[in-house]
Amino acid sequence: MIRFTKVSKQYTTGTDAALEDVSFHIGRAEFAFLTGHSGAGKTTLLKLMYAAERPTSGDVRVSGFATATLGRDEVPRLRRRLGIVFQDFRLLEDRTAAENVAFALEVTGARADVIPARVARVLDQVGLAMKADAFPRELSGGEQQRVAIARALVNEPPVLLADEPTGNLDERATRGVFQLLCDINAAGTVVVMATHDLDLVRHAGKRTLEMRDGRMVFDSADDATESW
Amino acid sequence: MNLVTREALLSFHRTRTLSVLSVTTIAFALFVTGLFGLVALNLRSALRQVAERVQVVAFVKRETPSQQISAAMSDIAVFPEVLDVQYVSETQALERAQRELTEFQEVYKGLEVNPLPPSIELTLKPAFRDGKHAAVVAERLHGFEFVDEVKYGQDWVQRLDSLRDIAGLIGLAIGFAFALVSIVIIGVTIRMTVLQRAREIEIMRLVGATDWFIRGPFLLEGAIKGLLGGAVAVILCAAVFGAFRAQRMGLGVGLRFFGVGEALVLLVFGVLLGFGGSLVSVGRHLRRV
Ligand SMILES: Nc1ncnc2c1ncn2[C@@H]1O[C@H](COP(=O)(O)OP(=O)(O)O)[C@@H](O)[C@H]1O
Ligand SMILES: [Mg+2]
Repeated sequence: MIRFTKVSKQYTTGTDAALEDVSFHIGRAEFAFLTGHSGAGKTTLLKLMYAAERPTSGDVRVSGFATATLGRDEVPRLRRRLGIVFQDFRLLEDRTAAENVAFALEVTGARADVIPARVARVLDQVGLAMKADAFPRELSGGEQQRVAIARALVNEPPVLLADEPTGNLDERATRGVFQLLCDINAAGTVVVMATHDLDLVRHAGKRTLEMRDGRMVFDSADDATESW
Repeated sequence: MNLVTREALLSFHRTRTLSVLSVTTIAFALFVTGLFGLVALNLRSALRQVAERVQVVAFVKRETPSQQISAAMSDIAVFPEVLDVQYVSETQALERAQRELTEFQEVYKGLEVNPLPPSIELTLKPAFRDGKHAAVVAERLHGFEFVDEVKYGQDWVQRLDSLRDIAGLIGLAIGFAFALVSIVIIGVTIRMTVLQRAREIEIMRLVGATDWFIRGPFLLEGAIKGLLGGAVAVILCAAVFGAFRAQRMGLGVGLRFFGVGEALVLLVFGVLLGFGGSLVSVGRHLRRV
């Protein structure tokens, strides 16, 4: 599903590389944590996956797309096959939960008559059926992140990328959102979740990729017995 | 209602202040351009009317036999510059003077002998109503030995020429300057609209909307704003024109307003400005995100 081959990324020449010689593979229906201290390169790694940045060298494949060399006009096709969520939710404040989710369908050309049903279904899936008409400011952080996840899922992508999705949430909301991501993964979607919440990672028992200064220093799939 | 239309109207509503500002800017720019257009339009037709009075008059020596004059007149009538030739006899000249120069009516009445010479009066075809051509015709008239003197109002014909040149130049300069200023201002206001909606654009890109889809509502919005601005400009021009004409009564009679075609040009100009401004602003924004 996702394969990085000797990927390096340098934002500006003369500075340290944000990623250096990173190779890994994430297969079908996997859940993978991406960990590492702040500045380790987690966000950069995710950006290369959804073609917001291009690698300086190396090859990136995401659900069949060669994202390293993807033309600008092909990026929308890739994005429709990906769900992306962020720490800051990125909801439109002047639209309700349902409208925020519907937005993703509308702007990708979904037929108007199928939109309400699909929105209702995905809001139900994230446990927010009752809050469909609430505006973001009327929702808790955890609920806002669920709306964002619903929006990411509404196009039924095979891959969900989450960049510190629990970074702004308290412990209870964190556990709720994490459980939701696990459920989504259980239904067959690949989930990549960047986080520096080591507590969460330790107790989850999921595959973990650890970054340090732009290098991938640990992959739990390589050595399942090693403890850290 | 389709999505592009809905989003465009929604954005209109959400960014009301900015929308009003954009429409006002476009309206103002087109209003000034339109006013100038009106002035140019009327100046041109005024100059054309004045030019109709460009006349070459050849004064004829008294006692010239009339056959000689009528022969000369048929020669003159086929000059390429000449529209019309007329002979004004001594008596006709005196009658006209008495009629037109009422201040001197008494003077002319008491005259024993007619002091006015007979003359041949030429009007020129529109394309030749300027100093250069009038002078050429005058020169040719001098060639007839019975012609005493030729007048064509050198002074004011030459002034008319330079007025024409200056009006044209100023027109071009002002029109160009205002087009430039309006494009810049419209670019800025639309850029502000784009920035205000940067979050929406970001999310559209994130979920896989195509660039053309993202541009759509902005382009429609820009075109609508341009159309509104153009309409407001035409209305403003009409108001100013009406007020001006009402105030100057007699003087305003000959003035004319835009025809349908010219008003349409202003509207189309507005649509192009709004559409073009949006295209440039959104394009620049999309290239950076
Ligand atoms: N747009 C950018 N321009 C220049 N440097 C960047 C940019 N984004 C990230 N970096 C640098 O790349 C490195 C990795 O950053 P990032 O991928 O955001 O790490 P993380 O998400 O793990 O905190 C950091 O040194 C950061 O300063
Ligand atoms: Mg980060």
